[in-house]
Amino acid sequence: MTQPVSPPRDSTAKVPEAPPPAWRGLLARADVRTLSLLGVLAALIVVGGITKPDEFLDTRNLQLVLTQASVVGVVTVGMTFVIVSGGIDLSVGAIVALASVWATTVATQEYGFAGILFTAIIVGVGCGLVNGVLIAYGAMVPFIATLAMLASARGLALQITDGKTQIVTVPSVLDLGERDAYVLGIPPLVLVFAVVTIIGWLVLNRTTFGRRTVAVGGNPEAARLAGIDVRRQRLYLYLLSGLCCGIAAFLLIVLSGSGQNTNGNLYELDAIAAAIIGGTLLTGGRGTITGSVLGVLIFFTITNIFALNNLQSDVQQIAKGAIIVAAVLVQRRTASTT
Amino acid sequence: MTEITSRRGLLFGAAAVSAGALLTGCTSNEPSESKDEPAGNNQPAADDKPGKQVTIGFAGPQADHGWLNAINDNAKDRAKKYSDVTLEITEGSNDTAQQIGQIETLINKKVDVLVVLPADGKALTQVGLKAMRAGIPVVNLDRIFNTPQAYRCWIGGDNYGMGLNAGHYIGEKLKGKSGARVIELAGLDNLELTKQRTKGFDDALKNYPNIKKVARQAAEFTVESGQAKMAQLLQAQSKFDALWNHDDDQGVGALRAIEQAGRDDFLMVGGAGALSAFQAIKQDDGVLKATVLYPPTMAASAIDLARALGQGKGIGGMAEFEIPSSITLYSAVVDKTNVDQYMSTGFK
Repeated sequence: MTQPVSPPRDSTAKVPEAPPPAWRGLLARADVRTLSLLGVLAALIVVGGITKPDEFLDTRNLQLVLTQASVVGVVTVGMTFVIVSGGIDLSVGAIVALASVWATTVATQEYGFAGILFTAIIVGVGCGLVNGVLIAYGAMVPFIATLAMLASARGLALQITDGKTQIVTVPSVLDLGERDAYVLGIPPLVLVFAVVTIIGWLVLNRTTFGRRTVAVGGNPEAARLAGIDVRRQRLYLYLLSGLCCGIAAFLLIVLSGSGQNTNGNLYELDAIAAAIIGGTLLTGGRGTITGSVLGVLIFFTITNIFALNNLQSDVQQIAKGAIIVAAVLVQRRTASTT
Repeated sequence: MTEITSRRGLLFGAAAVSAGALLTGCTSNEPSESKDEPAGNNQPAADDKPGKQVTIGFAGPQADHGWLNAINDNAKDRAKKYSDVTLEITEGSNDTAQQIGQIETLINKKVDVLVVLPADGKALTQVGLKAMRAGIPVVNLDRIFNTPQAYRCWIGGDNYGMGLNAGHYIGEKLKGKSGARVIELAGLDNLELTKQRTKGFDDALKNYPNIKKVARQAAEFTVESGQAKMAQLLQAQSKFDALWNHDDDQGVGALRAIEQAGRDDFLMVGGAGALSAFQAIKQDDGVLKATVLYPPTMAASAIDLARALGQGKGIGGMAEFEIPSSITLYSAVVDKTNVDQYMSTGFK
């Protein structure tokens, strides 16, 4: 586990001590959920360890699972903020695709490492800005605005690539995905994922920005009356999601050594599902970064165990659906009995 | 990659295969076929000499990846070569309704022959029938219509044959090696063509009792999924001798995963025939030693067939008066020995 898990406080959760700010109580409740998610993850690890002890319980496998999880993981952190604020961002996968192809065109690659990184992030932020302006100031429903962005960004990505696979030839970018680049055995991609997670957790739980986000999601009208600039807050949140997509696009470029317009396929579903499994309310007002990240890790651990056991896609999909339902049920039960 | 076809090859067997091989050959050079005609047969065969003017309508899906893009390019380039062919090409679409509309427009324009690569073969059968009823012969490219009534001639790739040839190539390479282990990185499992490729591969491997397929995972024809699934396969199998990857696009990702894992102790065979794969095979400094074709040149051959249909001619080099009703292309194995010949057909 590389993401910071806030210390489990199941004992305090049982005693509602009615702390002054409402979000503290919510956090305590969320921690019970976090604990049950950890239980699900532990159960999966036991299954993996029993079925494939040599391959699963292996440092290389841990590195593999965390690396594969980092791209969607970073996207999920941004998505969690958006959902906590009562919004939704359906365009994340398309933004990742657009950013990754824009950053890997022949022209961009001429600028080397910095050019690729810069382009990926700027394209991500730019798309987030458009989403944010449309939703916050154009009063568009987030579902529609980001759905429109999904279509346009995918279209533009296709136009840029012309359907071709853009192979990265910049050595410094490629090297970042190799074993030699590991820092103390930790792949750089996983480090980025960890840093994004820590910052996301701090921002959501320890800053005014985070409290405003929860407030806007819980009750926008009350938030407005309390003096929060709800529109500006929304704009910032979609910018943040776009930024995460830009970072994720760069990670994907490093990981796959290429840019393709099919990149980031269905990331929106993975990220939303991970956030929901992690205990984020789709209606807004509640959610934790820790839960979302655990949701992502559960997803990728399942995928890994299935692949190691050579289960085929059909079985994988059926079982994945069942495990998602089970995870949510376990979590709900734990949350309601404590 | 989403080219869908059902295997009609069984019916037409060897004749179809050789016709396919002949047509594929046609695209890389310009033989004057009429000279090769069998003796005692003087029906008009299509050749490069300008004949009756033919307008060919071409409707394909949206070129959202390398192979489909190559299909469009092949069709356009081939049509340009003939002074007697006018090509009416539509904006590619994956939307069934839109593609039907485009084909109806071409029917109304009264083109002489239609070449259709449907986004979805079954869904576009009706419009194929409509064209045929309007007296416009349809050349159905790759993804087959529901009924032979909807096309005059079908030409497409052989997914079963791809698997078969990949299996035989690997089988020969691992001959004499006891307890050989082989893994398979398949394409999108939702598609019938993936099942056919796997079936062909398994059938070929049955001929080699020393080989056992120890793992199979399905990717999604994308670089990203290829990297992800291959990384898992490499972790699952610490030792194996050969790998067949269904698709060169996802192969870019698979090769990346292999490089990241620092593995080079096996032989890899690809599929489809991307330029990057050909280049890697030619350089011969990695695990990729061969790839099995699913040739996009079929679009050029479809233009040839459409032109011959429009001019009322047969195929050069065959005794038949008419164009065959079905042509299954041969999935040749391209390795270091013949890669130069195919290099120009590689798609990006």
